[in-house]
Amino acid sequence: MKKKFKLQDLDCANCAAKMEDAIKKIPGVHDASVSFMMQKMVIDAEDDQFDAIMKQVVAACAKVEPDCKILM
Amino acid sequence: MTDKQKKMLARICVTLVLFVGLMIGSHSGRFLWLTQFPAGFFVYLVPYLVIGYDIVGKAARNIRNGQVFDENFLMMIATFGAFGVGEYSEALAVMLFYQVGELFQNVAVSRSRQSISDMMDICPEYANIEEDGQLIQVDPDDVEPGMVIVIKAGERIPLDGKIVEGESMIDTAALTGESVPRRAAVGDEVISGCVNGSGTLKVQVTKAFEDSTVAKILELVENAGSKKAKVENFITRFARYYTPVVTIGAAVLAVLPPLIAGGNWGEWIQRACIFLVISCPCALVISVPLGFFGGIGAASKLGVLVKGSNYLEAVAEMTTIVFDKTGTLTKGEFKVQEVIPAGKSMEGDGNGNAALQRGQTETGTQTEAVREILRLAAYGEGYSNHPISNSIKAAYGDPVDVAGIEKAEEVAGHGIRAVIEGREVLVGNGKLMKKMGVSSFAEIKSSGTVVYVACDGSFLGSIVIADSIKDGVKEAIREMKKVGVKRCVMLTGDRKEAAQAVADELGLDEVHAELLPGDKVGRVEELLAKQPAKSRLAFAGDGINDAPVLTRADIGIAMGSMGSDAAIEAADVVLMDDDVRKIAAVVKISRKTLRIVKQNIAFALGVKALVLVLGAFGAANMWEAVFADVGVSVIAILNSMRALKVK
Repeated sequence: MKKKFKLQDLDCANCAAKMEDAIKKIPGVHDASVSFMMQKMVIDAEDDQFDAIMKQVVAACAKVEPDCKILM
Repeated sequence: MTDKQKKMLARICVTLVLFVGLMIGSHSGRFLWLTQFPAGFFVYLVPYLVIGYDIVGKAARNIRNGQVFDENFLMMIATFGAFGVGEYSEALAVMLFYQVGELFQNVAVSRSRQSISDMMDICPEYANIEEDGQLIQVDPDDVEPGMVIVIKAGERIPLDGKIVEGESMIDTAALTGESVPRRAAVGDEVISGCVNGSGTLKVQVTKAFEDSTVAKILELVENAGSKKAKVENFITRFARYYTPVVTIGAAVLAVLPPLIAGGNWGEWIQRACIFLVISCPCALVISVPLGFFGGIGAASKLGVLVKGSNYLEAVAEMTTIVFDKTGTLTKGEFKVQEVIPAGKSMEGDGNGNAALQRGQTETGTQTEAVREILRLAAYGEGYSNHPISNSIKAAYGDPVDVAGIEKAEEVAGHGIRAVIEGREVLVGNGKLMKKMGVSSFAEIKSSGTVVYVACDGSFLGSIVIADSIKDGVKEAIREMKKVGVKRCVMLTGDRKEAAQAVADELGLDEVHAELLPGDKVGRVEELLAKQPAKSRLAFAGDGINDAPVLTRADIGIAMGSMGSDAAIEAADVVLMDDDVRKIAAVVKISRKTLRIVKQNIAFALGVKALVLVLGAFGAANMWEAVFADVGVSVIAILNSMRALKVK
């Protein structure tokens, strides 16, 4: 399943790249992209564990850039 | 500016005032204690914390989270180092100007983000549906195909559909860049994302929102960023190594020289701090994608969708372009080009053409002989729906009175024999004329399809029908040559003569005619093999049977409004209004974008390297380091924003 999320206060391009890397490493995630320009994130992950994966995504993002909020 | 940015601005102002006061104080020579420990340390610490508390906070938090080498951490270490060696004013200045640069960067990025999203502001917010005589607004997502929606004047068309009631001028500028509104009436298709200009329309929806044009375009644009150009990937990789390497360099610089040569620790620590300030690759990490984003934005302003930075990069290296003929270079519709009355074709040389009638649509310009030929041909073809018959009927203009056709029979493979108003009329090819023994019949040579007309056994004249070349294609080819596209090739399934005629008129370099749809991939592959290294081949087609070729070429260019969905899917670049002239414009945009990106890389790396070297030898101070970091970053961003501008 592919889902789009808006990001708030994603202030640095470097962080966006780091977030993308971190999310891609989460098991169950097929693909992810974090767009600094669009302030958007697209996550393609396993359907049945999507919610659990999203929790890990939020944690991974908070680790890289605590100011950045994922709007769900 | 957002609230966050305003708050930052206030902090910067306060600190700047304090900083200037302190500088005057310490340079006047009356407050020498300001430069000494501990008084100076504590006095400078106040503005330092005002401006830098969040940086220090973030750095501490990131270390806890295992993210060490980020810019906050580096700035903290650099400024702490400066405090440590007694350079209080430098420490404050570095933090202050770092924040100024960050703010500037932030504003610049959100500004360009805004202008790009304004440009792509084509998403409809609601759709009107009629319920019990009342108009209600609903989410376009909830409208199903088959339902009828109402679009008032000035509203954005929310979904693709067909007009069932009303007439209006439609503004397609947001999608195609075309500023002249298009007329639309009952039966016409309308595309979502366009604006309804004047009248109220009732439209029967043909596609659900997620399949509608506007949703597809938005998705393409949003995903454009994920297909990264080679340069972007290079920068990402570079950034991954750059920061750790410079940081290690700083550590080595701080420790080794004083250990080996002995001497002033403070001096070397200060030089190491310069390294740390320069170690953030921000200038590159932001300005490069921003440049590509701007370039894609500029192209979409013209009505050209580029599906990713990598394609924009490829377009800049395009040296060969292969066109499909029908639908791309020509309109794909047959039209009467010339009507040649009997005898006329024999007059003089090529200049005799002046006597011929071209573009027979205005009845006023047609001579009587021409008019009669067209009339008889139109009547003869009266019952036929073949594209050729239709083109003759269109050229005749007036409605065909079927009652006048007394008898009409098809002579298979030859044409039509009809009795019209008591006269025997023959309309068909040369074979028909010969077979029927038409007197004074003369065959003519032409690149198009020729239809001969005879009446009561004597030859009247011929009608030349051909596919007409699209407006502006000639100009487009000339433009492309000008921007450095070396070879223009045409592929077509059409006859050799017809293809050659089009190629000659347009000035194409190479023609491959009489191809079966399957042959096109093979031809493109041959051409690809001949391409010199580092140059790209583009294929432009309307997408009917073209999808495999579009995928095979380095750059697939599809016609958006005429093309099929499959073609738009398979293509890398979509011309929303099918205007081939835009290809040259996109080449220009892509070259400009690449030039900007390369300038930024060279500039940023150059300045950083220079200051690193100078810093290592003690010839640069903190001020230069701050410039090499945020100053360069800001200049690079401003440069990138140029990519967004279209001439």
